[in-house]
Amino acid sequence: MNGIKRYLNKFILILGIGFMIYGLYRGEVQTVFQKAINICLECIGIG
Amino acid sequence: MVKIRDNMRLLIQSIVSIFTNGYIEGFVNGTIYRGKLKQLCVPGLNCYSCPGALGSCPIGSLQAVIGDRQYKFTFYITGFLMVVGSVLGRFVCGWLCPFGLVQDLLHKIPFVKKIRNVKFHNYLRYLKYIILLIFVIILPLFVVDIIGQGDPTFCKYICPAGTLEGGVPLVLSNDAFKDAIGFLYAWKMSILIITIILSIIIYRPFCKYICPLGAIYSVFNGISMYQYRVNYSKCIECHKCTKVCKMNIEPFKTPNHLECIRCGDCKKVCPTNAITSGFKSVDTQDKKYDLSKI
Repeated sequence: MNGIKRYLNKFILILGIGFMIYGLYRGEVQTVFQKAINICLECIGIG
Repeated sequence: MVKIRDNMRLLIQSIVSIFTNGYIEGFVNGTIYRGKLKQLCVPGLNCYSCPGALGSCPIGSLQAVIGDRQYKFTFYITGFLMVVGSVLGRFVCGWLCPFGLVQDLLHKIPFVKKIRNVKFHNYLRYLKYIILLIFVIILPLFVVDIIGQGDPTFCKYICPAGTLEGGVPLVLSNDAFKDAIGFLYAWKMSILIITIILSIIIYRPFCKYICPLGAIYSVFNGISMYQYRVNYSKCIECHKCTKVCKMNIEPFKTPNHLECIRCGDCKKVCPTNAITSGFKSVDTQDKKYDLSKI
């Protein structure tokens, strides 16, 4: 179990970096960016 | 020197909060930052509609992408949360979250009776996982409009951080928003006021019971690279760490409990320095207690 835990965080880290790169490739960043640069009316309690 | 060391966490929380909300022009003009940095997420809960925000909120971004008719799953934000979680776990909550800092400061306000042990705490702490599942994932994903777009329901109906960091300053500095406020704003302001009052009485009620970001990072606490360790050859089981822990855990038994925000109070109070933290491998930890019972 300890051996699994020892490598699990590294595995998740690498998988996470892979996910981020694939997300960038899919263009998700543009969706995040568009949402973030316009005032989110829902977030501030208006929309 | 001792004072700086004792207040190191407060200092780092303040620096991070100021640094991630450093767009002063936004506060002055009632606008928000629209530069490229907004493509990146900050690790803590920090509304991207805060006039000063230089980065994006991971929970807001998560809902924005899965609520988008084009995606329905976000590799970018999931990956980001995996990276931060696998390295730090809930260290983010204790040291890097601006809304955590707000609650910490509110709890310093004197009050006639501070509540340390909330009734049903052990059940209520699971509420944040339910909120994560329903308001952050299920509702934005499945309750969609005619073009297939979902609402960021956690931000819209619950998040007091958005009201405090975005709603209040923007409404105060922008007449158009002032004219547009209605029931939803009153509802969110009520949640914010309740959160503020509760934060004075209870330590970090939002982090303990509501925060979906804390819920995500908590899952990584047991396996993250940054770990708390107890040297049981030094531990005298005096329970001082348990008494000082404001997150209601027993650090000498479960140093990497789901609720631990890695504030370090237990390390400071330990008379034998049995509790340490760092990036050493997990299996160096002495497992006298069954750590799976967290």
